[in-house]
Parts: sequence; C-alpha cells; structure tokens
Amino acid sequence: MDYRQIEQKARTRKTVQSVFTYFFLAFWAVIVLFPFYWMILTSVKSYGAYNSEYIPKFYTLSPTLQNYAEAFSAVSLGRYLLNTVVFTVITTTVMMIVITLAAFAFARLEFRGKNIVFLLFLSLMMIPNELVIITNFVTVTNLNMRNTFAGLILPSVTSVFYIYLLKENFEQVSDSLYYAAKVDGTSDFKYLLKVLIPISKPTLITIAILKVIECWNSYVWPRLITDDEKYFLVSNGIQEIRENGFGRENIPAMMAAVVVISVPLIVLFLIFRNKIMAGVSRGGLKG
Amino acid sequence: MKKKFSGSGLKAWLYLLPAVLFLGVFMVYPLIDVFVYSFEEGYNSASQTYFGTGVYNYSYVLHDPYFLQAVKNTFLLVIITVPLSTGIALLISAGLSSVKPLRNLFQTVYFLPYVTNTLAVGLVFMILFKKTAYSDGFINLILSWFGASPVDFIDGPYWAKMFVLCFYTIWVVMPFKILILTSALSSVNRQYYNAARVDGTSRFRIFMRITLPMISPMIFYLIITGFIGAFKAYSDVVALFGTNLNAAEMNTIVGYVYDMLYGDSGGYPSYASAAAILLFAIVLTITCINLLISRKKVHY
Repeated sequence: MDYRQIEQKARTRKTVQSVFTYFFLAFWAVIVLFPFYWMILTSVKSYGAYNSEYIPKFYTLSPTLQNYAEAFSAVSLGRYLLNTVVFTVITTTVMMIVITLAAFAFARLEFRGKNIVFLLFLSLMMIPNELVIITNFVTVTNLNMRNTFAGLILPSVTSVFYIYLLKENFEQVSDSLYYAAKVDGTSDFKYLLKVLIPISKPTLITIAILKVIECWNSYVWPRLITDDEKYFLVSNGIQEIRENGFGRENIPAMMAAVVVISVPLIVLFLIFRNKIMAGVSRGGLKG
Repeated sequence: MKKKFSGSGLKAWLYLLPAVLFLGVFMVYPLIDVFVYSFEEGYNSASQTYFGTGVYNYSYVLHDPYFLQAVKNTFLLVIITVPLSTGIALLISAGLSSVKPLRNLFQTVYFLPYVTNTLAVGLVFMILFKKTAYSDGFINLILSWFGASPVDFIDGPYWAKMFVLCFYTIWVVMPFKILILTSALSSVNRQYYNAARVDGTSRFRIFMRITLPMISPMIFYLIITGFIGAFKAYSDVVALFGTNLNAAEMNTIVGYVYDMLYGDSGGYPSYASAAAILLFAIVLTITCINLLISRKKVHY
C-alpha cells in the first residue's frame, strides 16, 4: 500500500462520515420543521377536502385562505391577538423600567446593606413560580383584579435574573464616565438616562426580546386569572378554540389560528436571531 | 469620597423601590404564605376561615389517587426525557460542530421550537398523532408503512399517550440543549484535538476522552436544568390532552396543583400549597443529588 492509497482511503472515510453526519442533521431538521409544514398545509386545505382525506395528503392542489377568514370571524382570534399585544407591550415596558432602576442602584449607587440586599435578591432566583403562584392567585382574586389587565400584568413586571444581568452590564461601564458626569453636575438620573442606557442598549434589547417571547407564550398565569373570554391571551385563546370553537371538528380553521399565533414570534426570531440565541444561552428560560 | 455621596442612601432605595415592592408582594409574601396555607386545615377560600393547623393537607394529598397518578406520570416523563434529550442533543451538537457548510442554517432551524407557542404547536402534534373516525392521522399512516396497526395516541392506551408526551417534550426542550452544547463544543481548545490526532487517536476515542470531559460541566448543567424543567411539565401536557388531565390519566404534579386551585375541581388552596411544597421538596432533593454526583464526576 503506497502513500496515495492511504490518502485515498482516508478521504473516502471522511466523505462517508460527513454524508452520514449531514443525513443525521437533516433528519432532525425534518422532525423540527415537519409540524410547521403540516400546520401551514392543513391551514390552506378546505374544510371539505381535509375531512374527505382518510389517508392524509402531503400537499394540496387547491389552497384556500378561507380558513384564515374564518379564524378571524368565527372565533375572537383578533381580540386574543390584541390582548396579547397589549399585555406584552405593557409588561415588557414596565419591567424594563423597574429592572433598569434597580440594576442602576446596585451597580452605581452606594447605600447601607447593599450587598445583603443584593444577596437576598439573588436568593429569590431559586424560588420556583409554582410555589408563589397559589398565593398570588388568592391575592389578585381578593383585590378583585381577576379579568383585568392589572391582574395579568403586575405579578410579572420584575425579574431578579434580568436585574442581575443588567447590573453586570452596567458595572462594565467605566467609572470615569460617571465621575466626569458628576463633575459636570449631571444628576444620577440624567447619567442613567443619557449615558448608561445608550451604552447598554444591546443588553437592554436582548432582555426586552426575551421578555416579549415569554409574554407571548405565557399560559398558566393568564389561565388562572382570566375566565372571561374578553381578556384571553393567545395561549388561552387557542385552548378555548380547541375545546369550544369552530364546532370542534374544523381542524383547518384551527390550524389557521395556530399559524397566525406562531408567525409573529418566528418573524421576530428571524430578525433578531443572533441576539436571541446569545441571550438564551446566557440564561435560558425554558428547558 | 464616602461623605460626598452620603445623601444617596435614600435615593438608592428610591430606585430600588419598585423592584422591592413587586418582589415583596408577589414573591416574598407568597413564599411565606404558601407554607402557612399548607398547614391550615379546612381552609375556605370564600370566608377565609380554617378549623385548625396540622399536616392533614399533606396526608390528604399523599393519599389522593390523582396525586399519585400525577407523581407517576411526572417521574416517568423526567426519567425518559432528560437522558434522551440530552443524549440526542449531544449527538446533534457533535454533528453540527463537525460540519462547516449549512451549519448556520441547521442551527437556526433547530432553534425554532424555542420561539413557538407551546400550546399552539402542541395542537399540531395532537392532530399529527390523533386517530379519529375520519382519518387515522399522519403518524398512523407512517406506522402503517411498517405494517403496524393504528393506535390512538391521544385518547388511547396509556403508553401511547406517554410516548406522545415524551416526544413532544423532547421536541420542545431540544433547542436550548443544542444551543448550550454547541457553544460548549466550540469553546474546547483545538490544541487537544490536534495533539490527539498526531497520536493517531480514533474519532470515537477523542470524543470520549477529550470532548466529553471538557464539556462535562455544561452537560451537568443541562441535566440539572432538564430535571427541574421536566418536573414542572404542564403546558405541553395541556396542549396535547386538553385541560381535563385527570380524566385523561395524564396529569402532572404542577397540573394537580393548578387543578386544586382553580377550575371545576378547584377551590382548595391548602391542598394546592401542600402539593406545591411536596414538588419543591422533590426537585430540591434531586437537584442536591445531581450536584453531589457532579462534584464527583465532572472534570473542571
């Protein structure tokens, strides 16, 4: 066996290995993508066509948008979407304000007991939501805030983890900027607004996007706190549609609703792909 | 210097006030209160009265067949999905880091389930697996190619329902694991690989002896978070089987807590609290065991 043969053999082995790897990767990609394909496919099949297929077809030759029209007219999908947008925007905005203020206090201001308070904050990170949700449910019920946006929003406008993340980020900003601002007679608040926030914009955006994803998908708390359909968010809306909407059997219309609910986040993800993936790997919420 | 900023003590608290207020009302107080609830016997949420204190709530929950069913389901789910999903994620990440072209595309695709609404996509899974009078459904079509007879995975036998639940859970948790493992793999110093290759070490051996030990902290991190996450399974179960989980025999511990709290079988915050504390105790114990094992096994 000469050198050329050995090299040839190594090359063949490498090719076989990478073909196998690609095959495996493509296989998982199909498993991930197939449900998305199926939901889009089903959502453009007509009701009659779908129900006459005893053996499901993998394609359709006569796509229709009828189901989308029905999703918005037969059930209040539009209202669910609007509620979710309102909920998401307010929750995210309020949370950004709350955590920015808190992170600024921890990162830049001096006060007695700062370390102890910060330690207490951090220890709250270990508390699972399931443990506190019971009392929160009773609290919100007693305050007569069920079926209100206040009741939906208030418990989720702070996040110890994001305060921690932001504090770390604020601390990386050089001290000299702060002293320069102080010499110029800038107030702490103005320094936060004009210097710290613009510098930390990438982190702030990442946190905001992660919070938007969390809000858009939240299910448990909205389910506990709303039983009036007027205040349903998309997750509860889809559950309601599944159990009572469309006369139960209209699966193409159901899938149209699922597509409408899924698209906003997928678009958001495709735009901010790198930010979202970097943010999640720094502190994932699911999984 | 210190004197100059002495006036800022009060100001700092002002900045902290909103966070402290919200955390106090919605986290610290509830945390204390949940223990109080769990020991108050016969609590009535309408009149807010109770007979006495004791451990009756715990004993009720521990003897409730629905709770035992939920514990069984949850443990099965955890034992099946955590090792499987971590293992598959490891394979996929290893595959991803060994190829160059299309890697970004694959990574983007693999991450998609993370940004989708669990309830909405769960509905798609339900339709793929469900057998109705009009159609056996997609999965049964695939199964029939291999000569298997159709099974109703959504309303059928217990093992079939458990299979769908595990499958969907793995599908949902995979993005996070792949993301973490891929970045862990890319941070392994290339020099180790080059040294091993000079020595003529086989790929498999390199993986077992270099890659795995180098990324073992991240694997253990994923196992621990995976355990915690799987123990709290709820919304994916609802997505597949609907809200009446007790009837479907597919309830989880978290589902049991919420059912006790609210809905047709609800109105018992004391039982819910006892069940939630039991869950917390289980998760805490398992996390501690995991940490103990990882201290022995993980290479830092």
